[in-house]
Amino acid sequence: MEYTYYPGCSLEISGKAYDVSARNVARALDANLVELEDWNCCGATNYMSVRELRSFAISARNLALAEKEKRDLVTACSACYTTLSKTHKYMESNEKLREQINDALSAVSLRYDCTIRVRHLLEVLVNDVGVDAIARKAKVNLKGLKVVPYYGCQLTRPYGTFDDPESPTSMDRLFAALGADVVDFPLKTKCCGGMLMTTAETVALKLVRNLLEVASRARADCIVTPCPLCQFNLDAYQDRVNGAFRTDFATPILYFTQLVGVALGLSDKEILLGKEIVSANRVLSSYVGGSR
Amino acid sequence: MVETTLPAWKLAELSDRFLQDVYSIPEGEKIKLCLQCGTCSASCPTSYAMDYTPREIIAAFRAGMLDRVLRSNTVWMCASCYSCTVRCPAGIKLTDIMYELKRLGIDYGLYAKDAKAPVLSRGFVKIVDKNGKNDELSLLGNFYLKTNPFGLARMAPLGFKLFMRGRLALRPSKVKARDDITKIMRRLESKEGK
Repeated sequence: MEYTYYPGCSLEISGKAYDVSARNVARALDANLVELEDWNCCGATNYMSVRELRSFAISARNLALAEKEKRDLVTACSACYTTLSKTHKYMESNEKLREQINDALSAVSLRYDCTIRVRHLLEVLVNDVGVDAIARKAKVNLKGLKVVPYYGCQLTRPYGTFDDPESPTSMDRLFAALGADVVDFPLKTKCCGGMLMTTAETVALKLVRNLLEVASRARADCIVTPCPLCQFNLDAYQDRVNGAFRTDFATPILYFTQLVGVALGLSDKEILLGKEIVSANRVLSSYVGGSR
Repeated sequence: MVETTLPAWKLAELSDRFLQDVYSIPEGEKIKLCLQCGTCSASCPTSYAMDYTPREIIAAFRAGMLDRVLRSNTVWMCASCYSCTVRCPAGIKLTDIMYELKRLGIDYGLYAKDAKAPVLSRGFVKIVDKNGKNDELSLLGNFYLKTNPFGLARMAPLGFKLFMRGRLALRPSKVKARDDITKIMRRLESKEGK
């Protein structure tokens, strides 16, 4: 199986561990991710919300480039997934918009006819590769590891294409099949605050505190997420939550691909373990590299 | 508190443009179906911090008070979680309406003077227009310099930790075909007619 891969800006730098683990996990599962040549920012919520038409245009450049490759466009970032999907859907359903954007793209001899699908890597792994097939390829049983699957917002909202918008189960099923002790997490699709962590920190810290509180009451060993911004807010700001609310959370936050990688027997380098601020070393050391 | 409001004609123009733009959203006309049930406000994780809750936005629009909503912190407290959108029993795409209000606020210069989010959004647009990709370091660096230089100092320890883990790039990543993006934008805007 071959896919066109769109890493997105976050996965280039702050979410590098997500990018590396995604590529290595996909390779181990025979899903070949071919990076989209010279892709640009998807527009993200920040651009989309203030300059919509231009955001559709830059987003559509990626879609047009991907359409030439005639493969599904796969991203591991929930925000890229929603922004690219939205551009695709709006262009598909609104002829005037489609013509307007295609006219703009014609300046560089591109056009987008809405013939490809935008997909999230989690969906590709769960539906194309399949939970059972992944479990069969697993070398390490995650037995004894208490995992909180945290989906965040933009993976399933607003479109809910492959999982329930409010109560998704794909990661629950995936990690249960890999032997983990999966926590039935009531806040699985509650918001981490997104960019409000920068523009309205006290509001976002409160949202992150709620997530960490419920996870730690469930005695979670780690939280796994399919979104780079969720990982960043919960991981990098965990210290600040502790300072603001006098809590002592120390829950490692992993990209879901990192934990799948552990189960597949990948080494710590292949999933870039150690890049997280709240170290996952203690909870994962007995599993990493097929040591169990 | 009595706020100075816009002249009536300007307010009417604002409401007209709002409605026109909302109607251009697929199924945007469903805004007419709002029954003021408050599901959106109850679902919103940040409505507690908003001057006007999502439900009140539509009530204010109907009452011809859209300018007050724009001057408030409301739209800049939206985290884009889409909970309101998926739960609205009338199918109103409230997150898209929030975006529309952000655009109107910026275009009309009507937003809370202490709102920080427009600064971040503008910075983001500027970087993406220039590089074709986001550059987290200059985005946040410039944001704190403009809004709260003290915040920059507060961010330094976290920045250091991220840097040590290779999660902060000093040199931004750029699209090779940056000219193409400029050409696309120029062509788009030459036809936009606004």
